[in-house]
Amino acid sequence: MSHISPVLWQFLTNWMKASPLFPPEASTIAPYADALYLFLVVITIIGLVLVGALVVGFSVRYRKERSPEATQIEGSTLLEATWTLIPLGLFLIAFIWGALLYFRIYNPPTNAMQVYVVGKQWMWKAEHPGGQHEINALHIPIGRPVQVTMISQDVFHSFSIPDFRVKREAIPGRYTTVWFEATQPGRYHIFCTQYCGTEHSGMIGWVTAMTPDAYAAWAAGSTSGASLAQNGERLFASLGCNACHSGDPAARGPNLAQVYDSRIRLQDGTTAVVDDAYLRDAILNPSQHVPAGYAPIMPTYQGQINEDGMIDLVEYIKTLHSNYRVQQTLNTTQLSSTQTNGAAPEAHAGVKP
Amino acid sequence: MSSTNTIVQLPDQSTAQLPRKHYLNQEHTLKSWLLTGDHKRIAMLYLFSITFFFFIGGAFASLIRLQLLTPGSDLLAPDTYNKVFSMHGIVMIFLFLVPSVPATLGNFLIPIMIGAKDLAFPKINLLSWYLFIAGGLFILAAMILGGVDTGWTFTTPLSTHYLNTHVVTAALGIFIAGFASILTGLNFIVTIHRMRAPGMTWFRLPLFVWGHYAASILMVLGTPVLAITLVLVALERTIGIGVFDPTKGGDPLLFQHLFWFYSHPAVYIMILPGMAVISEVISTFSRKRVFGYTAVAFSSVAIAIFGFFVWAHHMFIMGISNYSALVFSLLTMLVAVPSAIKIFNWAATLYKGSITFETPMLYAFGFLGLFTIGGLTGVFLGSMGMDVHLTETYFIVAHFHFVMVGGMLMAYLAGLHFWWPKMTGRMYPESISKLAAVVTFIGFIFTFFPQFVLGYLGMPRRYASYPPEFQVLNVLSTAGASILAVGYLLPMLYMPWSLKYGKIAGNNPWQATGLEWQITSPPLTENFVETPIVDHEAYDYEWLANQTEHEVKTVG
Repeated sequence: MSHISPVLWQFLTNWMKASPLFPPEASTIAPYADALYLFLVVITIIGLVLVGALVVGFSVRYRKERSPEATQIEGSTLLEATWTLIPLGLFLIAFIWGALLYFRIYNPPTNAMQVYVVGKQWMWKAEHPGGQHEINALHIPIGRPVQVTMISQDVFHSFSIPDFRVKREAIPGRYTTVWFEATQPGRYHIFCTQYCGTEHSGMIGWVTAMTPDAYAAWAAGSTSGASLAQNGERLFASLGCNACHSGDPAARGPNLAQVYDSRIRLQDGTTAVVDDAYLRDAILNPSQHVPAGYAPIMPTYQGQINEDGMIDLVEYIKTLHSNYRVQQTLNTTQLSSTQTNGAAPEAHAGVKP
Repeated sequence: MSSTNTIVQLPDQSTAQLPRKHYLNQEHTLKSWLLTGDHKRIAMLYLFSITFFFFIGGAFASLIRLQLLTPGSDLLAPDTYNKVFSMHGIVMIFLFLVPSVPATLGNFLIPIMIGAKDLAFPKINLLSWYLFIAGGLFILAAMILGGVDTGWTFTTPLSTHYLNTHVVTAALGIFIAGFASILTGLNFIVTIHRMRAPGMTWFRLPLFVWGHYAASILMVLGTPVLAITLVLVALERTIGIGVFDPTKGGDPLLFQHLFWFYSHPAVYIMILPGMAVISEVISTFSRKRVFGYTAVAFSSVAIAIFGFFVWAHHMFIMGISNYSALVFSLLTMLVAVPSAIKIFNWAATLYKGSITFETPMLYAFGFLGLFTIGGLTGVFLGSMGMDVHLTETYFIVAHFHFVMVGGMLMAYLAGLHFWWPKMTGRMYPESISKLAAVVTFIGFIFTFFPQFVLGYLGMPRRYASYPPEFQVLNVLSTAGASILAVGYLLPMLYMPWSLKYGKIAGNNPWQATGLEWQITSPPLTENFVETPIVDHEAYDYEWLANQTEHEVKTVG
């Protein structure tokens, strides 16, 4: 379209970008959302102009002074069909277009970089697999899809980045995900949009989108020194998980190496895909998730691990490709528990006091 | 008054007089009001009560807009602000919008429109008013004791585990007021089925009655779900049954499903009676039968039926399955169609009419414009991908205020002005009320249009403070709200004034066709001296022209 009139086109794009009617388009999803928005705005204007023209036009033409006697009309099936089918058609276009956009927003690409976000009254805690922890802030590289897996520690929150046109509810008790790919470096608002109590309007923060180099520098300078998986490994040992999940064929619990993303058969005959949500549920509610061939002896860890700790554990199990480390930690925990009674693992915040 | 072309004219002041006996002066004691079984007196009781609650809700709205004048939390502390918007929502929805048209105009008019002496169950009708007042008192008590800060949506687990305010008291109030709504709906359904005058077939019913019939179905089937949901919230708070608590194996999303199963149809409980008013007003002031009567009637029923199957569109971002979101989005698009049908039929009713522009008609035009915007912006929110960006922002606030305030409240005021002469026997002052209609419309646009823009820019709803870049639009909105307030205060002044000083209306000041206009203003306690026999369609202006000759100016 830009070849029609470059000047006009430039004016239009500049106006669109600079005008306070639209937030900046800072993600790959934003142009798609804005296109649908413009379509819907046009439909609304057409509808309003049509109704306005009919009402005003008839009011002028058929006001009592010009039309002293009304002509009674029953109705018209043809007209009824017209104004049933045309709006229906337009609404169905809005439905299909909206559905396509929705599936784009909520189906992350497989190569997306992972970030975890925990919502709690009244802050956002972001955790990168490399061990960078942030409060009310999220640093991301541009040009790379980022998948945010989130959960709430307490009430419903909602993670919204208007400039990316994405939003997802953070819900207690289950993981939800959203993804985006930032297109330009900058700072963008994070809002909590689900009312969550006193400081709801204070539950805001900033996404900082950076060039890949700047991001790499930030990530190297901000790491806590231990990756989420390493934290998870410590937690795994301190909770004594490795006593049963040792990978030993005779062990009381199933082997966890490479279990992530696999399909397992459960005791009740159904199968399940082991994903983040499954792992979380299996730890908190083990009696409902007994793999075939194992006794339902695992105790629940409900109330013992906070959401950050759950994320560490899940991240650890995700990265577990062999049982070598499990057995190593098994030996060290046995060693340390005889020596210091497990003081070292307790130092991590993942375990509730 | 010999032909239809000199219709809208007050009866000659020298001959028009109030009837000697009517429902207002039948008895005078307070007891005769508080123990009345007369649907018209109960309607007046409701009118006073909901006007009172509208004032309270409006005062909270003013506080909200004043707070949002500045980006910081300057006027109210965040906690106070949260209580203020919660009470604004609870009072306006449960104590004003839900009962507004049905409990006042519907109560007053449905029996008369179908040619009956009263509703089917007069005592239950009175009971419903007492339940409404009891519910209202509980909500006021929650407010006076320190407020409640759940929002009107009572989202769990916030409302069950994380707040120390008077959640149970407020929920109990809504629970009780809900029964008022159920009983009113039940009364209407039975009355419309069983008490129509001879010859008043279903397709001779005024569209006002059809709209209320559809809304009544929603009240009777939807409200119990809200009641049980609030009971579960109260039980979870008091004894921790854990239905909505994930740590006890409950599901917080279940609350959302149950709550919106009522609260989406509740939107239609509010708007259908408003649409019912618009049909009557537009027909009367264009002197024409409503275009496509059956289409308008059935679209009300279609809204009522489809309205029950769209609730999860409030949950698109809450992690429901993508495929269930797909189904609910599709159904949402379908429920938008009957509203479009209605709008076009009303516009077509004007065609070849003989239109005059009295106050009710101005309000009805305001309704058409604002409801069109409100309805079409609903399509934005029903479109799944768009909803992700727009939901929980000021866009949604603007959208439902366009429907509820721009649509419903405009319709309510149209109806109140339209039937005021019938209810009180006197006319409201015409020129100042036209001014009020125009001021309301302008104030409304200034208040809520900027909120669409704010929403697209991303400003979240229910924020006590906000980033400074949103201030300009918020100032605009607050300025508009002060104009809007003037628009609402004017009727509060001139309506009571007209009770004493208004011109005497006569039986049929608008020369409208409904049965209610063929009896005295104000009506007798028993409505009709003898049971009317209906031999004509609704909106039959030729029949009316032949009737005029025999019109009796006063009775008794």
